[in-house]
Amino acid sequence: MAIKVLPAQARPVEKRPAAPAQAERIRRVQRLTAYALLVLASAASLLPLLWMLTTALKPAGAVLEFPPRFIPDVFTWSNFPDAWMSLPFNTFLVNSVVVTTLSIVGNLISCILPAYAFARLRSRMRGMAFTLMLGTMMIPAQVVIVPRFLLFSKLDLVDTFWPLFLPNFFGTALYIFLLRQFFTTIPQELVEAARIDGAGELRILWRIMIPLSKPAIATVTLLSFVGAWGEYIDPLIYLRSTENYTIPLGISLFRGQYSDDYNLMMAVSILALVPVIVVFLAAQKYFIRGIMLTGIAGR
Amino acid sequence: MAASPLVRREARRFHLFALPWTIGFVFFTGGPIIVSLVLSFTRYELLSAPEWVGLDNYVQLLRDPDFWVATRNTIYFGAASATAGVVYSLAAALLLNIKLRGQAIFRTIIYMPSVISGIATALLWIHVLHPDYGLVNYLIGLLGVQGPGWLTDASWAIPGLVIMTTWTTGNAMIIFLAGLQGVPVSLYEAAHIDGAGWWSRFRNVTVPMMSPVIFFNLVVGFIGSLQAYQLILFMTDGGPANSTLVLGLYVYRYAFKYFEMGYASTIAWALFFLVIVFTVIQFGLARRWVHYEVK
Repeated sequence: MAIKVLPAQARPVEKRPAAPAQAERIRRVQRLTAYALLVLASAASLLPLLWMLTTALKPAGAVLEFPPRFIPDVFTWSNFPDAWMSLPFNTFLVNSVVVTTLSIVGNLISCILPAYAFARLRSRMRGMAFTLMLGTMMIPAQVVIVPRFLLFSKLDLVDTFWPLFLPNFFGTALYIFLLRQFFTTIPQELVEAARIDGAGELRILWRIMIPLSKPAIATVTLLSFVGAWGEYIDPLIYLRSTENYTIPLGISLFRGQYSDDYNLMMAVSILALVPVIVVFLAAQKYFIRGIMLTGIAGR
Repeated sequence: MAASPLVRREARRFHLFALPWTIGFVFFTGGPIIVSLVLSFTRYELLSAPEWVGLDNYVQLLRDPDFWVATRNTIYFGAASATAGVVYSLAAALLLNIKLRGQAIFRTIIYMPSVISGIATALLWIHVLHPDYGLVNYLIGLLGVQGPGWLTDASWAIPGLVIMTTWTTGNAMIIFLAGLQGVPVSLYEAAHIDGAGWWSRFRNVTVPMMSPVIFFNLVVGFIGSLQAYQLILFMTDGGPANSTLVLGLYVYRYAFKYFEMGYASTIAWALFFLVIVFTVIQFGLARRWVHYEVK
């Protein structure tokens, strides 16, 4: 969709001693154009989701009528329980919750500690290790996918949850980088003062760095949640028995069986997205700020 | 030169704190990279031990017509998806940077698709892009145009996927937004006093000042989309007629469908090579258009 580009700062520019009435009119036109374009972009973001919702509420058969109707005649709320119960989605949900929780916990522990080391503890190895870590972010996941599979099958962990969460307990380069960037913006004086007061590194981390880094930590938590919740490839490779499936695998199973019942497929999609949308809306204030600050500030 | 006890103690702590990453690097990244490189010179079908075949896999790769199809698709998808993403997210960031009432709500809404992108939304897009009953063709139809067979027609499958990925470029958008807030307002004021209109201010102030950020998003977006295959595997599995067969998917196919771990590793290294080549090219081109402030 083509979106017209507006000037970056349409805000405080009217400094010229032009006729006040004319300047005011120009500003109003600019503001209205901006609003119109913002509404258009928001519609582009929301329409597919609303479409998903209305499709999920249509009775069987009404999905394939043309031209499509946005508001269904009958709201078929039973699509949600019907879709959910037609496969063992309750089991898939429990599996997804277990894997996702372990992944988040693992990422938080294993990324905060190295991030602190890279930000605040000096060592001759630090520069080299940091470069190495950034370098690994360039390596396509496909390069390590085969050796990791061989490792986990040698350990006899195929068809268990271990391959899905264990790597998260050993640091994710991107998250370490984000956290490290944020930690470096926290004044060194605070850390020095605490050290003089006799605080150990763990205490400094727990009492000073973590409380001051909420946006960055919220960002890593949310990214890690979204990543683990939506992960499709790893479960597809490692999980064999249906009772071990996570929600994404359940969805692909569902699609195989109900590939023409778009109303049911959309109902399952919505149910799978509810936790993500809820968490995002709850955390978005921290989150957007976290990305803005960590993504670029420490460049 | 003997390091003081304090320095040594700090170094010990560094190693202790960095330990999770160090172990992870050995077992899940660095080690696997070496193993993968070795495997790419072997024939290994899991049932018997790997057999050293020298450059055979690489020779076979160069003669493999599907590999070249996949390479072409990967470049096409990568370039189209990265470019569309940067254009859309820069435009969105410019709009979201204007001081207006309700701006926080717009930011949340426009960013939301990037958070929820995943298999559930892939399912949604299969429906949205449906040639007959989908939202996209319905909207195009309102303009009196017959929409193409997104995802079902070989020449429209990648464009269809690009529409979907553009919908989810929120992270680039937020990075642009952060960059825009670093552009000094005084430059816009000066341009305005000189009588520059909004297009001229955009071209002569915003683009040069933002060029390092544009470059960053372009490179990161390109690297990311060259490797993308999770949603493609789910949505089209490379079809129709190999039109969405990308290298990432080709690796997956050889590894976990045909169980040829050696050849799969060879393809993975070809993909890595492609990523490096395109990154180097972009850094080379950057000298012509990326403007860094001299401090």
